Amino acid sequence: MHFRKLVCTAAAATLMASGVAHAETLTIATVNNGDMIRMQGLTDDFTAKTGHNVEWVTLEENVLRQRVTTDITTKGGAFDIMTIGMYETPIWGKNGWLVPLDDLSADYNAGDILPAMAGGLSHDGTLYAAPFYGESSMIMYRTDLMAKAGLEMPAAPSWNFIAKAAREMTDRDNDINGICLRGKAGWGEGGAFITAMSNSFGARWFDEGWNAQFDTREWSDTLNFFVNMMTDSGPAGYATNGFNENLSLFQQGKCGMWIDATVAASFVTNPKDSTVADKVGFALAPDNGMGVRSNWLWAWALAIPAGTQKEAAAKQFIEWATSNGYIELVASKEGWANVPPGARTSLYQNANYKDIPFAKMTLDSILSADPNNSTVDPSPYVGIQFAAIPEFAGIATEVSQEFSAAYAGQQSVEEALAKAQALTNDAMEAAGYR
Amino acid sequence: MARAVTTRRKAVTSVIAWTVATLIFFPILWIFVLSLKTEGDAIKTPLEILGSTWTLESYAVVQERSDYFKHFTNSVIVAVGSTLLGILVAVPAAWSMAFVPSKRTRGILMWMLSTKMLPAVGVLYPIYLLFIELGILDSRIGLVIVLMLINLPIIVWMLYTYFREIPAEILEAARMDGAGMRSELLYVLTPMAIPGIASTILLNVILAWNEAFWTLNLTAAKAAPLTAFIASYSSPEGLFYAKLSAASVMAIAPILVMGWFSQKQLVRGLTFGAVK
Repeated sequence: MHFRKLVCTAAAATLMASGVAHAETLTIATVNNGDMIRMQGLTDDFTAKTGHNVEWVTLEENVLRQRVTTDITTKGGAFDIMTIGMYETPIWGKNGWLVPLDDLSADYNAGDILPAMAGGLSHDGTLYAAPFYGESSMIMYRTDLMAKAGLEMPAAPSWNFIAKAAREMTDRDNDINGICLRGKAGWGEGGAFITAMSNSFGARWFDEGWNAQFDTREWSDTLNFFVNMMTDSGPAGYATNGFNENLSLFQQGKCGMWIDATVAASFVTNPKDSTVADKVGFALAPDNGMGVRSNWLWAWALAIPAGTQKEAAAKQFIEWATSNGYIELVASKEGWANVPPGARTSLYQNANYKDIPFAKMTLDSILSADPNNSTVDPSPYVGIQFAAIPEFAGIATEVSQEFSAAYAGQQSVEEALAKAQALTNDAMEAAGYR
Repeated sequence: MARAVTTRRKAVTSVIAWTVATLIFFPILWIFVLSLKTEGDAIKTPLEILGSTWTLESYAVVQERSDYFKHFTNSVIVAVGSTLLGILVAVPAAWSMAFVPSKRTRGILMWMLSTKMLPAVGVLYPIYLLFIELGILDSRIGLVIVLMLINLPIIVWMLYTYFREIPAEILEAARMDGAGMRSELLYVLTPMAIPGIASTILLNVILAWNEAFWTLNLTAAKAAPLTAFIASYSSPEGLFYAKLSAASVMAIAPILVMGWFSQKQLVRGLTFGAVK
């Protein structure tokens, strides 16, 4: 009897010990935005299901980039999961710095990930990061001001229509700007916008020999159009406006139109923060009749650095956070308008989500963006608002600084383009591309 | 007449001093005001200071979302630990340079100071790799060591300028009375230099508390101090200004209060010897 008790106790102790041994604590580096903060608040659900605990390191986007890049290039092992974007994923995947996510469970249904997202987060057909949420860019406009101007927004407008509508909607006496766009220096700020816009004007960053293309008529047309439109109809000081500044202006009713990330739709239609929540319409980002629209494609995704000791638990977390189950969990707690958008096809087939006013336009915008064919003329790079090469972030930050100086009137558009041409060619030559 | 001029001069000096002080304090006041606004009101241009609602909501959210006391404890340990370790190393170094100078002393002092001109990012990778090798990445001991090394030139310089004001004859007399080096340092020099050491400690605690490059780059979840706490509320995509301001106020409040109460010692330490 005693022996049987002893065996049972030993067996129970072994089981408990093995359970404890498998309970890991994952350290996850992530960005500070509404969706990520919401996920942090729901982590208890993951812990309850798997027994694993999670420690969060939340940082500002640019600080996070520097931090995780340092860690992954030195194999530091400070993080078990990293939040990275479409720019880093193919480069890091190619370098062998990330664990391939090609063995996720059948329940996860990796085939449900939107093809545009899966493509942008893969290298050579292998998925290296799972999208937590995805975004494109689109037009958000004031339906009341558009009606007052006697215009009707087409579902897929041209830049000429947008410039005309912006002029008509501008009312300086009442502090209403026809259009608000990013002009702030930084490759992810104004740089992203003007690059995506330039695609629709037939411009590109590099030709097939990796030569800079800022000396072309297409780039001159893009920048002159942008500066003229913003001078006529944009807010004062637009050269320093980024996403947050424009969001604030739009929410205060000071913008007729705003072309920016699709995730902003939930902010401008939220009556708690937006004074114009019930007067917002959506349309595809403009084009110039050349077959390429000016919308971008981006995803914040979760990836596992190669060499982590907790790969199995990390994969469990990624499956939990980017699953349909997680979307349903958020919907049950905070409503369908707050679920992470733009990652899964099935979300847009869900009857509950179809009622969300910006759902269709978000999906249409994502589907119309193709990172592999982002320019009118052929280009040697992948990416829409960026070129997926390691040197791009540094070069594009400098180029966008020159452009912002032109927006601020500190130099002419031609001077800015000439400087951009020279510095880009110098950097590409130094990096061995030319 | 002379009295009138003196009064006028005093008034002008006071006005200039208050203007400069207000300008310096204005960003802190602005952050405090923003921290008491809603996110929507915080980003309004122009900011409606009186017209909009005052709320403590951001403080409540920050307190709920982040473990403030963990970050605070890390900041205290790292700031105080690195400063005390620095004092331990710097007192003998400053003593030797002040009382037993060689022809290379000046050069060594200038060389030490020149390391402060080096861009920190230039040595990020070597230090990061060293930390990985030593297994002290994301540890408080690692931060204590690196912040001590970074602030060491300032500590040595401050103590050196202070020690130079102490007559060498006093130490010589102690030696003639039979004091060894340890006794000379501990029982003669240190008591006389207490005000200088105190102001050096205060200044370096502030410097270590505010250090935001190494504390962000060498930590993850365990050793992150209040600089990481602030950084977690900054975002280019989403309105977090009120929460960022609340987090900033919570992070700077302890050191602001400390600086307030010790400003006499600080000013004395900063000006002593340096202008002579």
